[in-house]
Amino acid sequence: MFELHVLLFFMIIAAVAAVEMKDLLSSVIAVGAVGLGLSLSFLVLKAPDLAITQIVVEILILIILIRATIKKDLPFSTSGRWFFNTLITVLFIGVFLTISYDVLRDLPRFGFPIMKVSQNYITEGLSKTGAANLVTAIILDFRAYDTFGEATILFTAVIGVLSVMRFIGRKKKGEEV
Amino acid sequence: MTLIVKVITRLTVGLILLYGIYIILHGHVSPGGGFAGGVIMSLAIIHLMLAFGKDMALKKVNETTAAFLESLGAILFVTIGVMGIFSGYIFVNFLKKGKPFDLFSGGNIPLYNIAISLKVGAGLFTIIFIMVVLFGIISQEEEKK
Repeated sequence: MFELHVLLFFMIIAAVAAVEMKDLLSSVIAVGAVGLGLSLSFLVLKAPDLAITQIVVEILILIILIRATIKKDLPFSTSGRWFFNTLITVLFIGVFLTISYDVLRDLPRFGFPIMKVSQNYITEGLSKTGAANLVTAIILDFRAYDTFGEATILFTAVIGVLSVMRFIGRKKKGEEV
Repeated sequence: MTLIVKVITRLTVGLILLYGIYIILHGHVSPGGGFAGGVIMSLAIIHLMLAFGKDMALKKVNETTAAFLESLGAILFVTIGVMGIFSGYIFVNFLKKGKPFDLFSGGNIPLYNIAISLKVGAGLFTIIFIMVVLFGIISQEEEKK
């Protein structure tokens, strides 16, 4: 558990650094560090499927982000701080932390879940499906209908990107809306 | 891109594609599966696009091929799932299950993995293609005006 806490602390520091740095390229690299820390946390918590997927998607996102920020003529990000906005944000964070502390105390202990339905999957996963990887057996045999819905997410993502990069209806330079 | 990047790309693109195929086909034995393998396969083509420019990558896989592969993955997933409909079942594992840790085990789970990997890989390649190619065309048209 000690390695997990060190990794979480590292992720928090990298996230704060990503927000506070003025140079855009350095912020993107700090975001990549947060993703790497998350992948290492998945490895420490014994979930290798998630770690593999997290690190390859992080590499893909870094390629897109670096390509997007390296050609702009805007190396410094400009922002202002206003007192009233900061106060409201701190207030909401305080309310959220108080309520979630009361809720999270009722969860079962880490490593001893209640598991009334999924105990069935663990005991007869290998004998009913024949697949040694239990995660793959659950998402592609017991719950294959949900994976079917998840496979169509890519269609939505492609339509979303196409509608942002459209030809018709873009605002021309200097045109008033 | 510089000469070092081009030489290393020429050596490693095939290895990245092979590693992606390994993770997909062994999805029911070792960690990984269709989603991670599909992302790795699309990363191989993107590697080619970053090192050599978009014309070289589009000669290997053009956008109609990517659209066809993505739809093919979805149709394959649905077909394997709905094949048992005349006996009254859908999404049922009907092939025989072998010994554990064999390559041909787990019923129709490897076929599902292949269908998912086609869909994810082609979809991510289409997203990158839209961002790189169409954005270049749009910025060229704005410079002309």
